[in-house]
Amino acid sequence: MSEKYIARSSQIAARMLGGEMMVMSSVDSTFFTLNEVATAIWQAADGRTPLTEIVARNVCAEFDVDLEIAHRDAEQFVNELSHHGILLVSDRPFDTSPGPVEAA
Amino acid sequence: MPILFRTGDSSFRELLANRYTGFMSSQPNPKFEFEVELVTPSAEMESEDDAQVEMQDGLWHLRRGDFRAHWDPQVGRGHIRQSANPYSIDSVLRIVHTLILAGEGGFLLHAASAIRDDRAFLFSGISGAGKTTISRLAPSDVILLTDEVSYVRREAKGYHACGTPFAGELARVGTNCSAPVATLFLLEKGSENQIEVVNAAEAVRCLLRNILFFAEDAELVEMIFRSACDFVDRVPVRRLTFVPDVRVWDIIQ
Repeated sequence: MSEKYIARSSQIAARMLGGEMMVMSSVDSTFFTLNEVATAIWQAADGRTPLTEIVARNVCAEFDVDLEIAHRDAEQFVNELSHHGILLVSDRPFDTSPGPVEAA
Repeated sequence: MPILFRTGDSSFRELLANRYTGFMSSQPNPKFEFEVELVTPSAEMESEDDAQVEMQDGLWHLRRGDFRAHWDPQVGRGHIRQSANPYSIDSVLRIVHTLILAGEGGFLLHAASAIRDDRAFLFSGISGAGKTTISRLAPSDVILLTDEVSYVRREAKGYHACGTPFAGELARVGTNCSAPVATLFLLEKGSENQIEVVNAAEAVRCLLRNILFFAEDAELVEMIFRSACDFVDRVPVRRLTFVPDVRVWDIIQ
């Protein structure tokens, strides 16, 4: 299975409010609220760290969750956000810097 | 925010003066100015398409079945082509205000609003949620700002709600005054009067759903998102379930 790299799109606005990360696509106005685990993946989506490493380091090490389950859930989350253009996915590291973690 | 409309048709001018009674100004330097070209109504102009708003070469172009308009935000001048009816110009005004407010951190909101004890309360919800009902039930010490579209402005120390001439089913123009926003209530009709806390994500989601916005412009969408988040961060948002009778106003203070 090839490695995946994920990066936050530059065409989004995001903000942490009341302990929850809110993300909105400025292209189609789709609005998402991310849970704690999804927020951890989102914040680590720098375009250079492989998804498997993000899941192991930012999800399994921080939350009490099995690696296989965490990876499956992460894949599903990434697919959904990439479908809306909020996360970019590639099989190689991105050259450009990632979009905002949190807009002020 | 004074906006000047120029028209050579005296009866249309009178019609606008009557419609916007209480919101007329004699300020010599309007911030924005529109030339209104009146045309004979045609079948093409009667279609009820959604408004289309887009920026091209520095001009905002506003288009719907019943009007065509453009506006240069840099110089503050624009042109409206429509038949002699008050509804088209009312729509242009709403769209222009959404564009102006977006750049200043404010917004127009599908909400009734009212002032009580120098504090403004917003009552937001989709059609049928109770905006007109809560406005109609307001006691005499309440100043109604609008029963349909609230004007929310970002000020140095928070948000202010301003009266608007944009009337809903109540068919009553609001009062031309403003006050700091104390609470945003998300309206729901129910079997008892009740106020509940709403978490931030739900508040932002509901707020975004009810903000009037027409332009498909990524930069402005992002501004609206930031404004909604900032508003929720500063203003309490509550769900107000209410029985449609005057007692609901006992818990609004």
